[in-house]
Amino acid sequence: MLRIKGGRVYDPKNGWNGEIRDICIKDGKIVEDLPAAEEVIDATGLVVMAGGVDIHAHIAGPKVNTGRVICPEDHRRDPVPRTARTRSGSGFTTPSTFVTGYRYAQMGYTSVFEAAMPPLEARHVHEELADTPILDKGALVLVGNNHFVLSFIREGDRERLKDYLLWVVEASGAYGLKVVNPGGGANWRRHSNVRGLDDAVIDYGVTPRQIIETLLDVNEELGLPHALHLHCNNLGQPGNLPTTLATMDLAAGRRLHITHLQFHAYGEGKKGYPLLSGAEDLAAVVNANPNITIDVGQVVFGPATTMTADAPLQYELFQKGGGDRWVNKDVELETGSGIVPITYSPKSFVGACQWLIGLELFLLIENPEQVFLTTDHPNAGPFTAYPQIIRLLMDRDYREERIAQLPKKAVEATGIKNLQRKYTLGEIAAMTRSGPARVLGLEKKGHLGVGADADVVVYRPQADYEAMFANPLYVFKEGQLVVQEGQIVAAPRGKTFVPEIRGGKDVTSWLAPQFEQFYSIALENYPVDREWFSPWEVVPCK
Amino acid sequence: MAKVVKNVVCTFCGSLCDDLEIHIENDNITAVKKGCALSRTKYLNAREEVVPLVEGKEASFSAALEAAVEILAHARHLLVYGLSSTCSEAQAAAVALAETLGASIDSTSSVCHGPGTLAKQLVGIPTCTLGEVKNRADVLVFWGCNPVEAHPRHFARYSVLAKGLKVGGRRERKVVVADVRKTATARGADLFLQLEPNGDFEVLTALRALINGKDIVGEGAGGLTRAQLEECSRLLKEASYGVFFFGMGLTMSRGTHYNVSQALALVRDLNKYTRYSVIPMRGHGNVAGSENVLAWQTGYPFAVNFSRGYPRYNPGEFTAVDLLRRGDVDAALVVAADPAATFPGRAAAVLGEIPTVVIDPHYSATAKLARVYLPSAAAGIGAAGTVYRMDMVPLPVKKLLNLPYPSDKEILDMLREGVKKCSGSREAGSTTRKMAGTGK
Repeated sequence: MLRIKGGRVYDPKNGWNGEIRDICIKDGKIVEDLPAAEEVIDATGLVVMAGGVDIHAHIAGPKVNTGRVICPEDHRRDPVPRTARTRSGSGFTTPSTFVTGYRYAQMGYTSVFEAAMPPLEARHVHEELADTPILDKGALVLVGNNHFVLSFIREGDRERLKDYLLWVVEASGAYGLKVVNPGGGANWRRHSNVRGLDDAVIDYGVTPRQIIETLLDVNEELGLPHALHLHCNNLGQPGNLPTTLATMDLAAGRRLHITHLQFHAYGEGKKGYPLLSGAEDLAAVVNANPNITIDVGQVVFGPATTMTADAPLQYELFQKGGGDRWVNKDVELETGSGIVPITYSPKSFVGACQWLIGLELFLLIENPEQVFLTTDHPNAGPFTAYPQIIRLLMDRDYREERIAQLPKKAVEATGIKNLQRKYTLGEIAAMTRSGPARVLGLEKKGHLGVGADADVVVYRPQADYEAMFANPLYVFKEGQLVVQEGQIVAAPRGKTFVPEIRGGKDVTSWLAPQFEQFYSIALENYPVDREWFSPWEVVPCK
Repeated sequence: MAKVVKNVVCTFCGSLCDDLEIHIENDNITAVKKGCALSRTKYLNAREEVVPLVEGKEASFSAALEAAVEILAHARHLLVYGLSSTCSEAQAAAVALAETLGASIDSTSSVCHGPGTLAKQLVGIPTCTLGEVKNRADVLVFWGCNPVEAHPRHFARYSVLAKGLKVGGRRERKVVVADVRKTATARGADLFLQLEPNGDFEVLTALRALINGKDIVGEGAGGLTRAQLEECSRLLKEASYGVFFFGMGLTMSRGTHYNVSQALALVRDLNKYTRYSVIPMRGHGNVAGSENVLAWQTGYPFAVNFSRGYPRYNPGEFTAVDLLRRGDVDAALVVAADPAATFPGRAAAVLGEIPTVVIDPHYSATAKLARVYLPSAAAGIGAAGTVYRMDMVPLPVKKLLNLPYPSDKEILDMLREGVKKCSGSREAGSTTRKMAGTGK
C-alpha cells in the first residue's frame, strides 16, 4: 500500500489537469483512499501521470529479430551491461528484448503494443514478448492480405470471415486486427503492388477498398476492444495524400486507427520540391471525425531500421537506393515483411520534410486524444526518442531552433512556419496515456482513477522537457516500484492482453483440409497455448 | 496403456516435419508412423540407457551436478557451446548462464550455416516459409545440399513433389541442382550443374552477371561451360516464383560467407524480374532457434562473449573452434551438440584437455571426452518447448515420455543457481571468483 502525496496530477480521463491530489495504491490498483499510516511518497511539486501506452511499435517477433541479426553495427555502439537486477543486452534501433522492456520503463511507459504479428509465427512473437520485462503488452495480428480473409471477402461470406477472424485472433494470442497495405501484400507474391483503393488484387478479385470496408464493418460487429488498425496503401510515395484521404472517407463513422500517418501525408511534388506536405488536409479530416485516430510515426534524425509487413514497399525502398541490405519474407497464405536499414538525415530534403510533416500533424490535430506519439519504432527512429519529441512539441523555441537548421526548401514545402502551438502537460498525458488507452479499449490503463492498474510515473518538472520525460523520478508498475532515478530497481514480468472472444462458430472442420493442402504445419500445432504468454488479461468487448 | 500421439514434431533435422504419429506403450515408443528412416531411428531409440558420469565413473545426478558447478564456477573463461538440438527455452537458459559467468557462447552455426548469417549481415536475405515453396515455387534450386539424404521428406512435404495452391507437383516444377558430385538429389534434376570443387563463387558470380545482362563469362566458369551457365540463367528467369536452397556445400567450401553473399545477391537480383526467395537448408532440428534466442536476448546470432558484462560479437574470435584452438578458454559446457565428432581435430582434442561438462540425452563422442556428463531428457521426447524450423517457423514440441533425467533447461537452471551461490558470481568485468565457504 502506498500513497503518492500532493503531486500535480495530469489525468485527462478524470479531468485532472495539474490538480494537487494524492494517488493511493493497494494490491496493484488505484484506490480511493488508504489509512493514514501507510507508506507515503511526498510528491509535492512533482508531476504525476499514469504509465505511458505505446499503441504501435515493432518490438518482438521474426521481423524484429531478423533486423537485429542483420545489423550487428547497430548494437556494437550501444552495449548494455548486466546489473544485479537486470539482464545485459544491446540497443540501439532494435534493442534486445530485455533492453526494450527496461528502456520503455525508464521513460515511464508500462504498456506497449507490437504492431505486426504474422499468425503462423505468433509463437515467436510471444516468446520475445515473454522476454520483454516490466511491460504489459499485446500484439496486433496481420489479416489484410490473408488468403482466407480475401477469399471470404470475394465470396461475400461475412459470417465465415468473422468466424475465421475470431479464430485467428484467439489462435495467435492477438489483441486486435492489423491491416497493412491491403491487397499490396497479396500482389507482391506476383511481383506487383497496388497503387490505389480500386486497384485489383490479383488472384482474389477484390480491391483494397473492399478489404478495408469489410474489415471496418467486421471489427465493429465483433466488438473487438481496439479500432481497426490500418497501415494505408502507398506508404512513403510522394503524392499519396489522395489515397490517404479516400481511405479516411471509408471509415464513415466506424472506428479507424490509421498508423504512422506521417508516411501517408505527402502531396505531389513540384519543380524543386520532390514532395509537399499534406498534413493540413489530413488534420482537417481527423479534426472533423472523432471516430478516426492516428499515430504519427515521427521521424527521428539518425539511424533507423525500417521493417514492415509492407513487403513491396520495402523492395521499392531498397531499389531506390535506400540502404545496403534488403530482407524480404513471404509467409505462406498470410502476409510478408521487409527490412531495410536506413539513416534519416536532416540535410536531405526528404528526411527534413518527413520530420516537419510529423510535427505538423501533432500541431494541427486539435484533440490530443486523436493523435498519438509514435516513431513507428524502429521505422522512423527508436522509441527512446519520445522525450525529445515531447520537447519539440512543448518548447517552441527549441522547435524553431531545430527547424532553422533544416534545408529551407523542406521548410517551405510544409506549413510548419505558421504553427505556434505548444503542447501542455495535460495534452502530453492525453497523447501518450489516456488517448491510446481509450482507442485500445483498455479501461484500466492510461489514467489514475479508482480501479485503474497502478502504473504511476512521477516526474521532476524541468525546463528541459526532454530531460524531464527521459528521467522519471519513480515509475510504478501495478504498484511495484520498477524505476527510481533512472535505474531499474525491479523487473517483474508483465501481462499480455487478449480480447474477449464473443460468439464465433468452430472453423476447424473446414480449416483442417485447407491446412493439409496449403499450409506447411499441422492445424493442431498452429494455435499458441496461453501458457506461452502467461499471465494474460482478457479485455472486454465493446 | 497404449496410446497414439499425432502431429508430433520430429526434431531431428531442420525440416521439423510435424505430422508424425508416435505409438507409445508403457512409456516406451513402439512405432513411428509417417516419419523418415532418420526419425524412426531417433524415436525408436529414445530411451538410451545412460548414467551421469564424473571423470568417467558413474555418479549420482546430484554429485555430477555439483562437480559441474565446481568446474563452471572456477573457470576464468568458459565456453558454452552447442544448443542446436534442444528447445528455445533451454537455449535461453544457456544464455542466462553464460551471462552470469561472463562466458563465451556459440552455437553449431559457427561450423555449419554461420557464413549464411554473416552473408545476411552483408546483403540481407529475401526468404519465405516452406509453405510458400509448396504453394508457389515453380523453379527450385538446390545448391550444395542433398535433401534426399539429409532432409528425407523435404521433397514430398515442401518442395519438389509437394502439391500446393498454385503449383501442383513435380511436373509443374523445374529443379536445378548444383553440386560437386552427382548426389541422390541431383539424380532427378532438370538441370544438374556439376561444379569444380570450390567453384561456387565463380559460378554464382557468372550467373549474376548473366542475369544482370553483363558478359564476364567467357568460355565458362567453375567447371561449367558458357552454354550451361546460359541455360541455367534462362531457366532461373523463367520462374514465376523461384526458391533457392543452399547447404554446407556452399557455406563451408572455399569462400564461405562470400559464397553465400553471392548466392543471396543472385536471388536478390532475380527479384528484378520475378519473385525469388532463398532458404538455408539448416541441419540440426533447432539450430535456427539458437540464432533467434541469442539475437533477441543479446542482439547477436552466435559467437557472443559476456566477459565485460555485456554481449560482444566477433566471429573468428568468439567462435568455438577458434576459442579452443587458440587455448582461450579453460573450461567448456557443451549442450545438445557433439563437437568432438564434428570439430577439426585440434579443437576437439582441447575439449578433452580442459574440464568439459556435457549435457546431452545421448552418450556422445564429446561426452566420452568430458570431465562431467549430465544426461538429460531430450526436448520433444522428454520435455516440451519451442523449436524453429529452417525457415524460422516456430513449432511446439511435446513431452512424450517420462524420462529419468531433467530437461536441458532444468539442468541449465540448476547450474545457474549453483554457480550463483558461489561468492564470485561476479560483478561485470571481474575475472576472479571463489567458491563460497571453501576459503579458496
